[in-house]
Amino acid sequence: MTTRIDTRFAELKSQGRAAFVTYVMAGDPDLATSLEIVKALPKSGADVIELGIPFTDPMADGPSIQAAGLRALKNGMTLKKTLELVRDFRKDDNVTPLVLMGYYNPIYIYGVDKFLADAKTAGVDGLIIVDLPPEEDDELCIPALKAGLNFIRLATPTTDDKRLPAVLANTSGFVYYVSIAGITGAAAADANAVGEAVARIKRHTGLPICVGFGIRTPEAARAIAEKADGSVVGTALVDALKNSLDAEGRATAKTVNAVAELTAALAQGVKGAQQAAE
Amino acid sequence: MNIAKPNSYRSGPDERGHFGIFGGRFVAETLMPLILDLEKGYTAAKADPAFQAEMNGYLKNYVGRPSPLYFAERLTEHLGGAKIYLKREELNHTGSHKVNNVLGQIMLARRMGKKRIIAETGAGQHGVATATLCARFGLECVVYMGAVDVERQQPNVIRMEMLGAKVMPVQSGTRTLKDAMNEALRDWVTNVHNTFYCIGTVAGPHPYPTLVRDFQSVIGNETRAQMQEIEGRLPDSLVACIGGGSNAMGLFHPFLDDPSVEIFGVEAAGHGLTQLHAASIAGGRPGVLHGNRTYLLMDADGQIQDAHSISAGLDYPGIGPEHSWLHEVGRVNYLSATDDEALAAFQLLSKLEGIIPALEPAHAIAKVMELAPKRPRDHLMVVNLSGRGDKDVPQVGDILRGKK
Repeated sequence: MTTRIDTRFAELKSQGRAAFVTYVMAGDPDLATSLEIVKALPKSGADVIELGIPFTDPMADGPSIQAAGLRALKNGMTLKKTLELVRDFRKDDNVTPLVLMGYYNPIYIYGVDKFLADAKTAGVDGLIIVDLPPEEDDELCIPALKAGLNFIRLATPTTDDKRLPAVLANTSGFVYYVSIAGITGAAAADANAVGEAVARIKRHTGLPICVGFGIRTPEAARAIAEKADGSVVGTALVDALKNSLDAEGRATAKTVNAVAELTAALAQGVKGAQQAAE
Repeated sequence: MNIAKPNSYRSGPDERGHFGIFGGRFVAETLMPLILDLEKGYTAAKADPAFQAEMNGYLKNYVGRPSPLYFAERLTEHLGGAKIYLKREELNHTGSHKVNNVLGQIMLARRMGKKRIIAETGAGQHGVATATLCARFGLECVVYMGAVDVERQQPNVIRMEMLGAKVMPVQSGTRTLKDAMNEALRDWVTNVHNTFYCIGTVAGPHPYPTLVRDFQSVIGNETRAQMQEIEGRLPDSLVACIGGGSNAMGLFHPFLDDPSVEIFGVEAAGHGLTQLHAASIAGGRPGVLHGNRTYLLMDADGQIQDAHSISAGLDYPGIGPEHSWLHEVGRVNYLSATDDEALAAFQLLSKLEGIIPALEPAHAIAKVMELAPKRPRDHLMVVNLSGRGDKDVPQVGDILRGKK
């Protein structure tokens, strides 16, 4: 089965450039603003959208994304509303790949089968679930693949060559390489180390490899895009959003633009890598 | 799925860390290789007689084991029923049962060549035990503690700092034990190469629930031998408080296959089960958090809810996965005690036996006050006195004087 993700990476490959993958939190700071932000991302140059599912206890995330999730939850965001947001986004955009990223518990409580059916109907293309390693593939990964969704796995600096085949076995869409051992938004990624890691993973898979964690600037996004099939930026966008809020944490007239402008600048960085690579 | 009653209640978990549907390894990929390493390291240590011998030496001469099994004569007379014995874990070095597990994990960390130890703590008892053994073995120690708990358990914060540990107050989320655990996991993901995560309870990803249980089983094994010596037979019932449930699992596990032994776990009912509480089995349902599937307090969307208990050590919205399984198969009865009941039990034990219990086991004593009078005088009831109350004296003093 071909998803929007597969189609998008095939297009980018033929254009000879890397993907720019953006992450924002669903419902941050509120549902209506969040929908406007998600709609603005492709227009500003995002090739793939990762949409965070808010969770009270995001164990792999740094303070920025934790706070974004809590802002969304405080304003009544739920997994059900996250799927509604995707459905509304799909009314105007049927090509940009959209991946839900989060933790397993809200999905487990929603009900795995019902979630997969509703996600597919809403227009979700893939899932990144941080706390489901291959050892727990029976929970969601295998059912998701059967339902026609991509299951995108995280590979990390601690995933050695012996373990990589297990990590890649049921992975589809793309591989998300976590550039540092750490949480989101912490240390900066080293482009050379990333290049070696990407080359190592490429020996095990033909899937595109996108790299995230610690990429904040157009320059960094470009440096990574020269070494991988995609650069992922999350925390920097979430921080730009947060800096546009008023003292009570509510959206202002600047909020959507703040995210869109940084997205456009980062997209320029990634596209700059194309020439460098040629 | 295995629905039939098992032949043994002591054979779990399976090789993937499951107790029935509970347990498992729900962690980020960065941690997965470390958890597999830990499992390998623990399996090797368990099979090495030298490891056990060295641990037994420290348990005897450093921790002060065996802890006494003490006949609580005046409490028994007062309640007028079962003959009540206290397993005196509060007499251990550092003042609680936590040291049994920490000793095991620190020795394991040494075997595995790890030089930096991190831990989460609620009441501070696990943090103090970890800081103590890190001082003893010259290891770096970082303890994550919710900012709310730092405030209400000041004596333990001061102790940890005196022992050379760095206490990190956690400001995220609800600023209690669950957030301390999140923060410890974040530290571990960041410092994978030199760091050992010393988990304080029978929860977290496999193999933690098993190895913590094994290290705490010294409590139940001693109780068996001591009761045999004193009364010439097995006890008739066991009672222990449960936050994550390590003191309870340590007492219960060696008795699970003795059908004549009734077993009671006591969760914290806080202000009452219809209000804010910390009773995951009574008020929660199965979900996935902190690396395992278990009973959790959460809302309809799967968001984790705030727990509340007067006792910082029980103030956690989950419970160890093996307890969830023992509840579902019906081997252990899970009860709950409110803040007020625990406070009354705290005072009763202090006045009748001259033993000031920690607020955590005061919850177990509270249920003993209900269970013992309904049982005959030849019924032998063991309650795990898992910690001493020194740390709670300022807090309880304020409450009794009506300040809070």
